[in-house]
Amino acid sequence: MFIGAIGCEPLQLRRVHLEHSRSLDVYRRNGGYEAIKKVLDSMSPDDVINEVKKSSLRGRGGAGFPTGMKWSFVPKDSPKPKYVVCNADESEPGTFKDRYLMERDPHMLIEGMLIAAYALGARTNYIYTRGEYKYLIEIMDVALDEARAAGLLGEKILGSNFACDIYTHSGAGAYICGEETALLSSLEGFRGHPRMKPPFPAISGLYACPTVVNNVETLTAVPDIIKMGGEAYQKLGTEKSGGTKLWSVSGHVNQPGVYELPMGYDDMEKFIFEDCSGISNGKQLKAVIPGGSSVYIMRADQIIGKDVRMDYEGLVAGGSMVGSGGFIVMDETVDVFESTKNLTEFYKHESCGWCTPCREGTDWLVKIFKRIEAGDGREGDVQLFLDLCDNIEGKSFCPLGDAAAWPIQSAIKRFPEDFQKRMKN
Amino acid sequence: MSTDFTQIQPLYQPVNMPGEVAVFSPEVEAEIDRHLAKYPSQRSAILPLMFIVQRERGYLDPPGVSYLANRLSLRITDIWEVATFYSMLQTKPIGKYHIQVCKTLSCKIMGEGRITEHVSKKLGIKPGETTPDGKFSLSLVECLGSCGTAPMFQINFDYHENLTTEKVDQILDSLP
Repeated sequence: MFIGAIGCEPLQLRRVHLEHSRSLDVYRRNGGYEAIKKVLDSMSPDDVINEVKKSSLRGRGGAGFPTGMKWSFVPKDSPKPKYVVCNADESEPGTFKDRYLMERDPHMLIEGMLIAAYALGARTNYIYTRGEYKYLIEIMDVALDEARAAGLLGEKILGSNFACDIYTHSGAGAYICGEETALLSSLEGFRGHPRMKPPFPAISGLYACPTVVNNVETLTAVPDIIKMGGEAYQKLGTEKSGGTKLWSVSGHVNQPGVYELPMGYDDMEKFIFEDCSGISNGKQLKAVIPGGSSVYIMRADQIIGKDVRMDYEGLVAGGSMVGSGGFIVMDETVDVFESTKNLTEFYKHESCGWCTPCREGTDWLVKIFKRIEAGDGREGDVQLFLDLCDNIEGKSFCPLGDAAAWPIQSAIKRFPEDFQKRMKN
Repeated sequence: MSTDFTQIQPLYQPVNMPGEVAVFSPEVEAEIDRHLAKYPSQRSAILPLMFIVQRERGYLDPPGVSYLANRLSLRITDIWEVATFYSMLQTKPIGKYHIQVCKTLSCKIMGEGRITEHVSKKLGIKPGETTPDGKFSLSLVECLGSCGTAPMFQINFDYHENLTTEKVDQILDSLP
């Protein structure tokens, strides 16, 4: 599997190929913990937030919310403790970038969290990792102990008055806990049900205290932003989408892997056919899901010859979304009816059951898929799918409902033939 | 660990549990204490503690659940409420080796069916079943974040990636 940068110098993947890349020693010898030193020596919390704002860094977990703005929502005058929680619950199908960041360069995440904690005034912070990634929790625990022993965590960090600690926390197998409020419910020891927003976590999050929840990839971008300056980081990408982005490439390509691309990389066709070495087994490209299972599926003819720029705006113009960057490539052998059924089963399994549209809707969708698959497709089933999706989209408590509806809506619109051929006339 | 946590009171009064309550070694108790010390609210440690009980007792059995309720000052129902939500928590006995084949899209299109069929045939069990000797359980699970190295399965906590039927044979035959 390929891990590296294309079209730019590796930034977040700079150290992944070094020997003992996860050790504190190697991290420090390769520029590590310089950013937190710079912050503690010469920057106020507001300076840090401004630098992150200037970088145009947007949340890499899927929603793409501007990180600096998210940080600035945390009230400075609140008497309550504040928390930074790292969302390492990576569970969007097709996404596996955070795994390699934590496996190969855990100190980069610790440094990113330290800087965030300094900017927000957070004393205690958590890394919420999905339960299946137990080996990563062990890696993070070793790195945290190393950092603690070196005076990078605890009291008087690097001789300053800044005190901070970070702990790992394990989830136990629930996709919904990647949604930030469900993650907080889970971290408090409850079922992973999402919470009503507002209040947003920045006002009332973990233990009803101001909290910032950021994805691993977002937090690991912060040390470089501090070192090179927000403007320089932004210029690596485009005006509205700063920096670089990791793409997890899977499916029918010759070279799957984790690719670091500058935001605004031009273009998706070149990426698939040159950088990822094209479609495996000499087959033709049929479809791409570019941003994790929740985003719109794209037809090959929406990509080939279409100059789809790989950033937030470019992908929307191209007919999909960046999402989490889980880039699933499918060749001509894939039946989009079947691939959509597979994803719908995922959403049915992962619906937390809290709200009716999502709980019942995803169950009905799977039942209809199964009936059609069994050979009992009826005229009007396509409309039935669309009606059901319409009753879920925008009407569920959290975005999981939307995420279940979008793949079906886009698949029906863009691959009607794969659905129609199963319907009896 | 020195932290100035805001102390949060438990939501419920502790209740004395009838029946057997699990007992753990001092080492395990110390491990549990370390987890509890991370959080201002004891309840936050529920998932890490459940994994420990599961590791020590095979699954979340009634004495283990009573232990958790006592240790966290919660009601039995609070423990079950959480235990039944998360897919990695077992409320029934499970095989010594839990083979969890990823069935979500990337693995699906890269040959998950072949792997599941092979494991099924080799062990004589269908997904959801356990071998009569209690050695293997087979499950189909949702995305495990190993899409670039598909198809894959996880046995207990170990990832096995880029699977072929030969590799599956090797892995399963090597398990004591």
